[in-house]
Amino acid sequence: MIPRVYVPGDSAALSVGADRVARAIAAEAAQRGVAIELVRNGSRGLFFLEPLVEVETAHGRVAYGPVAVTDISALFDAGFLAGHGHALAQGPSAEIPWLSRQTRLTLSRLGLDDPLSPEAFQKNGGMRGLGRALAMTPAAIVEAVTASGLRGRGGAGFPAGIKWRTVAGAVGARKYVVCNADEGDSGTFADRLVLEGDPFMLIEGMIIAGLAVGAAKGFVYIRSEYPHGFRCFSRALEIARAAGWLGPSVAGSGYGFEIEARLGAGAYICGEETALLESLEGRRGLIRAKPPLPAVAGLFGQPTLVNNVLTLAAVSHILADGAAGYAGLGTGRSRGTLTLQLGGNVKRGGLYELPFGLSLREVVYGIGGGTRSGRPVRAVQVGGPLGAYLPDSLLDTPLDYEALAAAKGLLGHGGVVVFDDTVDMAAQARFAFAFCARESCGKCTPCRIGAVRGVEVIDRIVAGQARTENRVVLDELCQLMTDASLCAMGGLTPLPVQSALTHFPEDFERPVLGAAAE
Amino acid sequence: MNRPAHWDETRARRIIADLAPLEGAALPILQALQDTFGYVDRRAVPLVAEALGLSRAEVTGTIAFYHDFRTAPPGRHRLQLCRAEACQACGCETLVAHLDRRHGIAVGSTTADGALTVDEVYCLGNCALGPALLVDGEPVGRADAGLLDWLVADLTGGPA
Ligand SMILES: Cc1cc2nc3c(=O)[nH]c(=O)nc-3n(C[C@H](O)[C@H](O)[C@H](O)COP(=O)(O)O)c2cc1C
Ligand code: SF4
Ligand code: FES
Repeated sequence: MIPRVYVPGDSAALSVGADRVARAIAAEAAQRGVAIELVRNGSRGLFFLEPLVEVETAHGRVAYGPVAVTDISALFDAGFLAGHGHALAQGPSAEIPWLSRQTRLTLSRLGLDDPLSPEAFQKNGGMRGLGRALAMTPAAIVEAVTASGLRGRGGAGFPAGIKWRTVAGAVGARKYVVCNADEGDSGTFADRLVLEGDPFMLIEGMIIAGLAVGAAKGFVYIRSEYPHGFRCFSRALEIARAAGWLGPSVAGSGYGFEIEARLGAGAYICGEETALLESLEGRRGLIRAKPPLPAVAGLFGQPTLVNNVLTLAAVSHILADGAAGYAGLGTGRSRGTLTLQLGGNVKRGGLYELPFGLSLREVVYGIGGGTRSGRPVRAVQVGGPLGAYLPDSLLDTPLDYEALAAAKGLLGHGGVVVFDDTVDMAAQARFAFAFCARESCGKCTPCRIGAVRGVEVIDRIVAGQARTENRVVLDELCQLMTDASLCAMGGLTPLPVQSALTHFPEDFERPVLGAAAE
Repeated sequence: MNRPAHWDETRARRIIADLAPLEGAALPILQALQDTFGYVDRRAVPLVAEALGLSRAEVTGTIAFYHDFRTAPPGRHRLQLCRAEACQACGCETLVAHLDRRHGIAVGSTTADGALTVDEVYCLGNCALGPALLVDGEPVGRADAGLLDWLVADLTGGPA
């Protein structure tokens, strides 16, 4: 048997040298006259171990990581092709604790094989969900999604089944399925992992969505900051067409569905669904007033289902394995699994799929191992740039939609970013406003003007100018933005700001360093 | 990195005509123009407007709205540096300061010799391996000052 060696081709792995490692392994094998089969798989999501090299042995897959080019010769010497020991050995892949303790449902295939191989996709359970869906009525598909308790993973947590039913019941000349792959929230990368690591799953989910709501055309809007993700997904679309999974008769069913991938152009606001639709139509990404809901009048005025990548991806699994199993996981009204993305200053950053309800403390320390810098954890931002900064005293908050809302935060797309004690929370609050000013679509005043004002007021507070008065101004500004913004960009920017003020007031009260500080 | 082509109206018209049939063709067209020429030349505006039945103001407004579109030629190489929160937590602002102090390169600018453009971005989806960069579109993780020195020297052909 020719040993099979896996080296991830995911862009996170590439960013720490996976291509060089793959080349070095091939070269070393050639030089030693050993035949190997080199597979470029997706990443398993354990980024702290990347490049994570795996070898298929008689006893299953064995992992080594993080591997550098300078380790290759020693790995061959140690007999890694037979799974033998080495300082970088992580043991059998399936038993790496950071993997084995996960509940990989949606992302069960991640990192197993070549993500662009339709055979591997099907061998590992792909297309089963679509197979089931093709034998069901559209109403029954919607019913399954509803019964699973699945909520939108893009940030708002809206029940997927209700949205699907609305689109299914809407009338229009044609309907669309739009997948939101703008993934603008900093600290999140699960959508990217799907685009690069299991693109056929998203295609499958979109076809199922199309069947359920009666749409024949889908768009995937991918942020331009993901050039590899866009390329992988575009390639997957070509392969899916060649395999007959897309086109006039999906998998020979007589039902037609086509998908187009579109690239964003660097605008955070285009992750908001109505701005995204404007952008897809070729205009500036200005927020549309709701109603009408996109479900009723969306893309080109037609009924449109807008869902996040992870929402659509979860659907394939739910249809394949049943709604009850999915609904059986989680806590309260947060059913199923959370695709947690752990990043920032953390030792074991990566993607962890877990039932909802784990506490932040377990995540940051138990899974993450504390900070990468080795310094104490000071703040944890949950849910992207519009999410709150939480201090140690709130780390027992469980990760579910309601508990985070109760802590005056939000779960968003599931990103958790760790900061050590060198963080300046006044600077983070300032950044929240600056980011809002940069990315505001400009349609409403509280956000457009308020964000700029917010930066100025924080600068004054930090500079020691009329601190008490300016704190009042800041509070009023936050209130105004919360109450009067047209969308959550302006409406939620006060969240990180106010959390910084509430939990880290000392950072806004520091003595001024002197005139040179400005 | 591929050298972008010089402005060529015939070529621009061909790109526009090829993509105009798409639903919502404006962004794909502007992106293809920028891919080809390195930026969106203002001479393209009336061509796009005409092909899509838009006003010139609408096309100009669209170009101005999106951070990605540039209206002047970029450097031969491009470094995109993530300045979002997870990379802030890993010291990306130190890198911004280092680029400025050590190399005299401000984020958002192109070096005088036209070799390198440095842009800021807000999240590259590599938040567990920050500070994250894209160098001519290729991902680089765990960047530090030493790596930046090497990259700048390599991309500008000058000493570190
Ligand atoms: C400022 C802003 C940015 C957003 N960015 C994203 C995004 O990048 N990806 C996403 O899926 N949803 C994003 N959303 C949420 C979308 O508007 C929408 O709720 C979501 O795509 C619906 O899909 P879901 O129900 O599957 O979550 C954003 C919302 C706001 C207000
Ligand atoms: S809150 Fe900001 S982003 Fe949202 S509509 Fe108003 S100006 Fe646009
Ligand atoms: S925050 Fe820098 S890559 Fe995500």
